[in-house]
Amino acid sequence: MSTETQKIEELANQEYKYGFYTDIETDSAPPGLNEDIIRLISGKKKEPEFMLKWRLKAYKHWLTMKEPTWANVHYGPIDYQSIVYYSAPKRKEDGPQSLDEVDPQLLETYKKLGIPLEEQELLAGVAVDAVFDSVSVATTFKEKLGELGIIFCPFSEAVQDHPDLVKKYLGSVVPHTDNFFASLNSAVFSDGSFVYIPEGVRCPMELSTYFRINAKNTGQFERTLIIADKGSYVSYLEGCTAPMRDENQLHAAVVELIALDDAQIKYSTIQNWYPGDEEGKGGIYNFVTKRGKCLGRNSKISWTQVETGAAITWKYPGVLLIGDNSIGEFYSVALTKNWQQADTGTKMIHIGKNTRSNVVSKGISAGHGQNTYRGLIRISKSATGARNYTQCDSMLLGDQCGAHTFPYIEIKNSTAQMEHEASTSKVGEDQIFYCQSRGLSAEDAVSMIVNGFCKKVFKELPMEFAVEAQKLLSVNLEGSVG
Amino acid sequence: MLEIKNLHVKADGKEILRGIDLKVNAGEVHSIMGPNGSGKSTLAQVIAGRESYEITDGEVIYQGKDLLEMAPEDRARQGIFLAFQYPVEIPGVSNTYFLKAALNALRKERGEEEVDAMDFLALIKEKMKLLGMDETLISRPVNEGFSGGEKKRNEIFQMVVLEPKLAILDETDSGLDIDALKIVAAGVNSLRSPERSFIVVTHYQRMLNYIVPDAVHVLYEGRIVKSGGKELALELEEKGYTWLEDKTAAAVNS
Ligand SMILES: Nc1ncnc2c1ncn2[C@@H]1O[C@H](COP(=O)(O)OP(=O)(O)OP(=O)(O)O)[C@@H](O)[C@H]1O
Ligand SMILES: [Mg+2]
Repeated sequence: MSTETQKIEELANQEYKYGFYTDIETDSAPPGLNEDIIRLISGKKKEPEFMLKWRLKAYKHWLTMKEPTWANVHYGPIDYQSIVYYSAPKRKEDGPQSLDEVDPQLLETYKKLGIPLEEQELLAGVAVDAVFDSVSVATTFKEKLGELGIIFCPFSEAVQDHPDLVKKYLGSVVPHTDNFFASLNSAVFSDGSFVYIPEGVRCPMELSTYFRINAKNTGQFERTLIIADKGSYVSYLEGCTAPMRDENQLHAAVVELIALDDAQIKYSTIQNWYPGDEEGKGGIYNFVTKRGKCLGRNSKISWTQVETGAAITWKYPGVLLIGDNSIGEFYSVALTKNWQQADTGTKMIHIGKNTRSNVVSKGISAGHGQNTYRGLIRISKSATGARNYTQCDSMLLGDQCGAHTFPYIEIKNSTAQMEHEASTSKVGEDQIFYCQSRGLSAEDAVSMIVNGFCKKVFKELPMEFAVEAQKLLSVNLEGSVG
Repeated sequence: MLEIKNLHVKADGKEILRGIDLKVNAGEVHSIMGPNGSGKSTLAQVIAGRESYEITDGEVIYQGKDLLEMAPEDRARQGIFLAFQYPVEIPGVSNTYFLKAALNALRKERGEEEVDAMDFLALIKEKMKLLGMDETLISRPVNEGFSGGEKKRNEIFQMVVLEPKLAILDETDSGLDIDALKIVAAGVNSLRSPERSFIVVTHYQRMLNYIVPDAVHVLYEGRIVKSGGKELALELEEKGYTWLEDKTAAAVNS
């Protein structure tokens, strides 16, 4: 084994820093899934009848479905009857009205995650909707946003307060029949975020959600719905962590984005779920359906994701480009180390005229990590003048990891212009040595080289999160090199 | 400053350096010449600490310390600098960022604080001017898409910013036009001092008109077969290396 390989292998062993568990009283449903559980979830949330009906419809459909097996990932069978579908921190009254009322222990948890809510409120100008297991804990900045007519609230609240919007758009991008995990989510989703930006409003701050799976044997099924009305703009960030546990935990979220005429949605994810230990034990199964709909003319949806955690990641944030001249973008960094597996990519469906899509994917594999890019570009018959640019690069650290690329291209309109670039590189011993010969440690060298590799994606992230992402990547690459 | 004794080095099982002895005192400039494949770059890289070579015998003492025990980054932090024959590209990492990280690593070793952003900017501006560097190069990714000559100039630029104690220039002159050669030589000469040493690997005597060496060594099939003053470079230019073959045979037999 070369010195390079040795180094890189040591490098791949880095402990998870967010693996703490918060001991708080919870209000949980018994494990298992049946109609009663769904009624219980719906009841707990005091949902209107239409929601319960929709959930049950999804559940009935889900029962007819089979778990997909086409992804390039391997894991044992999931026992859906052993999962707890509802778990909420027990609250003294009916729910916190302000941050002062939030369980101090919970706030402490967020502090450990590096998101002190009060501080963020003051300093960063970030409104945070924090989802802890199944319910939203606190939403900051609500009032300030309210003055502009912006709605940013827990999903369960939106169901109560804005049922018309929910009814109109829920399932309009990811229907309850979409796929196995999306159907499951539709039946049992417990909370998530809801955003509505009114016509012509530019949301003045980054909206942000932090997800955390805390309770044992709990699945997290959150649902996010963002609607950008005509001419509006919003940038949204989602971050996630989970405690270290030996069992695998399921995270099956659904995110739906809708952009009307001239509207723009920028959705960024920094995913750092617990990836399992060095032997591949434990970790989150991150089976997520994210899709945006550019419904209006000149609308634009951008997905930016930095995926460093989870034992298995299965997600393809895509965009349906319906409005003429609409733009879909996907920028992704996915890191797999130890025994992590990722099968991720995008789907760009061109339907409107002169629609454009831009795809930049950077996959990094270390240890025994397996990293797959899977992307579909479909140019429909109606999509005259459509253009796509895809760049798909893989970087290997060590010689036991893998990088795989599955591009699917379907073109039904001859005016389409497609451009595809792909590369696979190894972090070379020569690159590391060059950095070392200038006084940098091998560890810093690898971190610098990898961050350079990801630059095109990081520059799409909001400033402060780009810094965060770089740190996260470095931390994940840290090890006992030397 | 540097003393190499009976150094034997293998790569992929093949013996490349077969007993090198070399002593470089502080303030001296030594030139190493020799045909392609004779082991010049191997020697340079072994001094800088490349781990893919296997050292089978001998020792290297640098400032009284066993150099072969030190990690490459520690050697750099102790003042060794290698200007690469083939500078490496690091996509996405800006030259400025890279150089600042390097400078800070050296400063940290010396117990100094990180360089102030404004001071750093002033420093690199000054050195860029000294080397007639195009200002855009510094914000571009390290060596990516640089022309051959630009890469070489960038190595010297790094050197004048980092101010090493022992600089090894591996064919920095190859690929430089006449004007660039003079500029690079001026850069090197600006650093010359009684505390600083240079090992200049080159194929051309011309370079040595500008950087005048104290000694010239001929490396031939992994051995230093001849050493002399700067006149030796002229002699080599005239006669080539074949006349040394007999001497090699003699050395092997002795
Ligand atoms: N890693 C390696 N594996 C196998 N052979 C090697 C390796 N590195 C160097 N060599 C061989 O060692 C010999 C010396 O190489 P080196 O690069 O040191 O020569 P050089 O004197 O610098 O030549 P040039 O003037 O062409 O730059 C060459 O024959 C080369 O092929
Ligand atoms: Mg050479």
